[in-house]
Amino acid sequence: MSWFSKTFSSSIGRKLLVAVTGLFLCSFLVVHLVGNLQLFKGDGGASFNIYSHFMATNPLIRTMEIVLVLGFGFHIYEALVLTRRNKSVRPVAYAYNRPQDNSNWSSRNMGLLGTVILVFLIIHLYNFFWRARFGEPNMIPIEGTDYDDLYSVVVQSFHLWWYVLIYVLGQIALGYHLYHGFSSAFHTLGLNHKKYTPAIQKFGAFFSIVVPAGFASMPLYFFIKDVVLS
Amino acid sequence: MAGNNPNSKPMNLTLRVWRQKNSQAAGTLETYQVKDISPEMSFLEMMDVLNEDLLRSGVDPIAFDHDCREGICGMCSLYINGRAHGPERGTTTCQLHMRKFSDGDTITIEPWRAGPFPILKDLCVDRSALDRIQQAGGYISVNTGGVPDANEIPIPKPIADKAFDAATCIQCGACVAACKNGSAMLFTSAKVSQLAMLPQGQVERKTRVENMVAQMDKEGFGACTNIGSCAAECPVGISLENIAMLNREYIGASFTSENV
Ligand code: HEM
Ligand code: SF4
Ligand code: FES
Repeated sequence: MSWFSKTFSSSIGRKLLVAVTGLFLCSFLVVHLVGNLQLFKGDGGASFNIYSHFMATNPLIRTMEIVLVLGFGFHIYEALVLTRRNKSVRPVAYAYNRPQDNSNWSSRNMGLLGTVILVFLIIHLYNFFWRARFGEPNMIPIEGTDYDDLYSVVVQSFHLWWYVLIYVLGQIALGYHLYHGFSSAFHTLGLNHKKYTPAIQKFGAFFSIVVPAGFASMPLYFFIKDVVLS
Repeated sequence: MAGNNPNSKPMNLTLRVWRQKNSQAAGTLETYQVKDISPEMSFLEMMDVLNEDLLRSGVDPIAFDHDCREGICGMCSLYINGRAHGPERGTTTCQLHMRKFSDGDTITIEPWRAGPFPILKDLCVDRSALDRIQQAGGYISVNTGGVPDANEIPIPKPIADKAFDAATCIQCGACVAACKNGSAMLFTSAKVSQLAMLPQGQVERKTRVENMVAQMDKEGFGACTNIGSCAAECPVGISLENIAMLNREYIGASFTSENV
């Protein structure tokens, strides 16, 4: 085996891939969240539709999309390989076990949380990405040019209570995943020092609350504004 | 549940103990009663009392590991009421006192459970996988010849302290037992970082970490997901920082060592 494949098939090498891709996915979350905030503009969806059009056509964004798919692919594949291997290490379970006395729930359930996120992702991609790229949404003129009216697709989905519920649950899982994952990734990269680790942990906790709350606020906003209050 | 027993009254306890004849046999949890246990006894002394009772009634006594009984050798083990070395932090089972329990308690006692730690008999498991990790690289080269002066090699005090902290690992295996992933990363990291921090450890530094991690994987231990149960249950308080250092050492060595 070459030194390269030896490194990346070792336990630490695989962990390294999970951590690097995990942090890359965190940076994607920020871009995605900031872009989507345009749903709140109150301009009938004009800026959101222009932004969606840009994201779907700009060559740089399209290239990053491939990197993103690879990032998700590696993260999920390596994480599941590790999780399965780890499960097999203890063939006979303890009859009586109290892990809650020595560790956090989220840190022990990264595989479960990741799987919930994955299910959410499939639903989310099918509904928005697939329909935006390959479906035929209505066209809407904005300042003389016709755009796909993705804004309406999004807003109408957020009028369905069960769709809003899936979103909120998906974001709760993401929050717990990141509550452990964000700071854990730095540890995996070998970065643990009394000078900066407390700051990473604080920022990780902040990130794991603010980012999922930001995403969850969108379905909740449209559901409350258009369904509950009307 | 286990609490503090403030008075020195003797206790009666129900014990659920894992019994298994040998590595091949199937095991079960058996229930035993012990009477008049003094709160001043250590957990292992309580086990001795039970074994004497069993011997008197013609039952095979329970096999469990122990040696120094003063928290330094790393021989004792036992998963007590769902925790490695019992409910008290920073304590080996031999240093755990019965005053941590109350009269009438039921105590479940299981062996360390991990594929790489096969059960030999009852509560004894084979921990030689840890020895093999150590043998794969946990040593340094020394020149033979005259005895060198003490303190000849300057080592900054904070580094000496950190290396010493890592060196206090007694190789008990509680980290593996407590870890959801059955990972031996805390143990391996303590051994790797102890030597990586010291000037004496530089000769084998890169090869050491590569070989010890390869052996750790080969033995079938799990991969760390930074849960932290290991450090929380480690009787000598080996810090998680060592695992970050192990990752750093391993990644660095993978890309820079001469071993292709
Ligand atoms: C936007 C989506 C996601 C983000 C931002 C993300 C982020 C992260 C981060 C930062 C880590 C920590 C890495 C480390 O501890 O070194 C992590 C770990 C993990 N992720 Fe994700 N993740 C995402 C989606 C998923 C999905 C879809 C799955 C699985 C189906 C998954 C499964 C896991 C598992 C099992 C771990 C723990 C592995 C380990 O710590 O070694 N994640 N994730
Ligand atoms: S790191 Fe701690 S728990 Fe693990 S073997 Fe060493 S002393 Fe025991
Ligand atoms: S018997 Fe030596 S540490 Fe417990």
